[in-house]
Amino acid sequence: MAVEVLMPALSPTMEEGTLAKWLVKEGDVVKSGQIIAEIETDKATMEFEAVDEGIVGRILVAEGSAGVKVNTPIMVLVEAGESADAAPAPVAAVVAAAPVAVAAPVVAVAVAAAPVAVVSKASPDWAAGTPMKTMTVREALREAMAEEMRANPNVMLMGEEVGEYQGAYKISQGLLDEFGPKRIVDTPITEMGFTGIAVGAAWGGLNPIVEFMTFNFAMQAIDHILNSAAKTNYMSGGQLGCPIVFRGANGAAARVGAQHSQDYAAWYAAIPGLRVVMPYSASDAKGLLKQAIRDPNPVIFLENEILYGRSFEVPDLPDFTIPFGKARVWREGSDVTIVSFGIGMTYALEAADILAKDEISAEVIDLRTLRPIDYDTVLASVQKTNRCVTVEEGFPVGSIGDHLASTIMQRAFDYLDAPVITCTGKDVPMPYAANLEKHALVTTAEVVAAVKSVCYR
Amino acid sequence: MAAKKAPEKSNVSKEELIKFYREMLLIRRFEEKAGQLYGMGLIGGFCHLYIGQEAVVVGLEACTKEGDKRITSYRDHGHMLACGMEANGVMAELTGRSGGYSKGKGGSMHMFSREKHFYGGHGIVGAQVPLGAGLALADKYKGNDNVTFAYFGDGAANQGQVYETYNMAELWALPVIFVIENNHYAMGTSQARSTKSETLFGRGLAYGIAGEQVDGMDVLAVKEAGQKAVAHCRAGKGPYILEMMTYRYRGHSMSDPAKYRTREEVEKMKSEKDAIEHVRDLLLNAGLSSEDELKAIDKSIKDVVNASAEFAKESPEPALSELWTDIYA
Repeated sequence: MAVEVLMPALSPTMEEGTLAKWLVKEGDVVKSGQIIAEIETDKATMEFEAVDEGIVGRILVAEGSAGVKVNTPIMVLVEAGESADAAPAPVAAVVAAAPVAVAAPVVAVAVAAAPVAVVSKASPDWAAGTPMKTMTVREALREAMAEEMRANPNVMLMGEEVGEYQGAYKISQGLLDEFGPKRIVDTPITEMGFTGIAVGAAWGGLNPIVEFMTFNFAMQAIDHILNSAAKTNYMSGGQLGCPIVFRGANGAAARVGAQHSQDYAAWYAAIPGLRVVMPYSASDAKGLLKQAIRDPNPVIFLENEILYGRSFEVPDLPDFTIPFGKARVWREGSDVTIVSFGIGMTYALEAADILAKDEISAEVIDLRTLRPIDYDTVLASVQKTNRCVTVEEGFPVGSIGDHLASTIMQRAFDYLDAPVITCTGKDVPMPYAANLEKHALVTTAEVVAAVKSVCYR
Repeated sequence: MAAKKAPEKSNVSKEELIKFYREMLLIRRFEEKAGQLYGMGLIGGFCHLYIGQEAVVVGLEACTKEGDKRITSYRDHGHMLACGMEANGVMAELTGRSGGYSKGKGGSMHMFSREKHFYGGHGIVGAQVPLGAGLALADKYKGNDNVTFAYFGDGAANQGQVYETYNMAELWALPVIFVIENNHYAMGTSQARSTKSETLFGRGLAYGIAGEQVDGMDVLAVKEAGQKAVAHCRAGKGPYILEMMTYRYRGHSMSDPAKYRTREEVEKMKSEKDAIEHVRDLLLNAGLSSEDELKAIDKSIKDVVNASAEFAKESPEPALSELWTDIYA
């Protein structure tokens, strides 16, 4: 019986890929386990093995095709003497790759639908009329590091798989070729050790960028981040600043379970001596990372795996930075202030679009940095709208939203027409099951409901 | 103590012996004074005295050149004095005054001097080991021949990050000397109660790091071993481990009654192995110095220490505005 082979999902967040190369042709006999194609994801080029045996009846997607969605039939395998034309309809298709393929898009769907097209009304970060180019967050991060490394010979990158592997998430792709192994340092899997070494190197006059494959693993190194990097300038009476950037994926990706899905934004934001950055857009990722590398203090730079592949307009300038402590107003509005940061912005902007249809005008603010926080922009907005909803994926207790709610209560109490509602991830370890994971994260529907509640609608 | 002795006929000069005597005595008198000020309530919190271990830092500092770096744990007063930091600034930090090296904001365990390449003073046991390797990485990156001395105790030697650091230091041939100050007690836990390893330097062999055990109560043996280690590092051969067999006379901190060892054990070390008495004997027995000459040194040291105590009492407390400074560079 003919079997359709489907485009596989080769990473937790993959939605589509490029069919780089077929290693079989029509009429070839294929054995189970045989490598039949090379598929390029946003992270890497992967070999794709056949699960079933058979004869290649028809190749449905030509090699070199880009943007092939996960689960698209790419080839038909037939039995001897069988015609490919007799292949069953795609409904009966056998999933050739890991079952992730079926479930992975559940979370990604909401993300993919996010209104990337929304353009910040007023962007004070670069001059009006600046030429723009489209690039992914991933490319923006890579450009930021490469530009700063070209400008300052003491900037170096270290971490697991940053060099020869080209980065676990391809953020550092190509950097080893350009800068060599002295400046792009592959470390053993030893977070506490290499973080301590990086902090010492910063004291010794270098400007290290430490890549944590994800911030979950930085827990192994938390002592050096807090006790060694963050506190020493103070403890030394200002003698020993620590110019270092700790960056990597933070928060939930998709279907990777509780130990790989935590948002640490509020944790790090609690520590004096650290700067904490959590960009949403590619332009912010680039401008803020360049700023972070130049900052004389330890900077926690929280990225998001799901955002890595998202495209945004970025100013086409030889050099630009975005200062810390300056929020960005993505959308002006008059009825409610929605404050978010990082991937939370996807829910905030999506909710604002939905609310607009109900004639609720939401002002959407991206904090961009969580230490320092741009209180002034938030307070000015709340004084105008008299209502506020905060959005983040982190845990509810001691959240950034809690902190903003208390700040607004203390500094703008008389302006409030409703209590501030904080939309956060749920107070549970991240479950694996697709449906549970979706509900453990903050949802656009919750943001919409919260806004309607504070607007008494 | 099964460690290497200094050569019987050392070609050490009188000047050098006097220098060792002076530097070790400064540390001892300084620490005694600190203990006294602690008892008077002028020094607060934790205060870990270096008395008994003086030969380790004094012998190793004799192997350094400008640009070399050092980093240690919270038992750090001796290291600071040995690398040339001022007694006044150290003592005023102990009393939490504005004249201290950290303007009173660091305290006994957290002092630093960029000028003297002293990178602390770290309160988390073992943290200074990768930090020290990082200082060495910066020097190697810049292409100079500086070395870093990363000091830690037998207690810290059981921290996992020490071995993560060993692995990378050897892998990347970092110019760092790991100095294990083995005073036999991690707070109240003897080495025998915390490990089956017979030696601590021996653990480095698993990572390919050369090392040796040294009589840390003999400043000449310390210097000789230090020179060998420094030559190894400066030649680009990577890290080296020196396990200094030493002894602290006082408790772990000022609040430690030291019930985990006998009075006899302490007295035996003091009477048979004391580092300062050793140098004093060398000077007197060889006829290099007179009692009067050494007395004059004792007095000059006492003057320096007394002056530092006065400075530390007189120096004003930090202004309240200092609460909000130095959080960011």
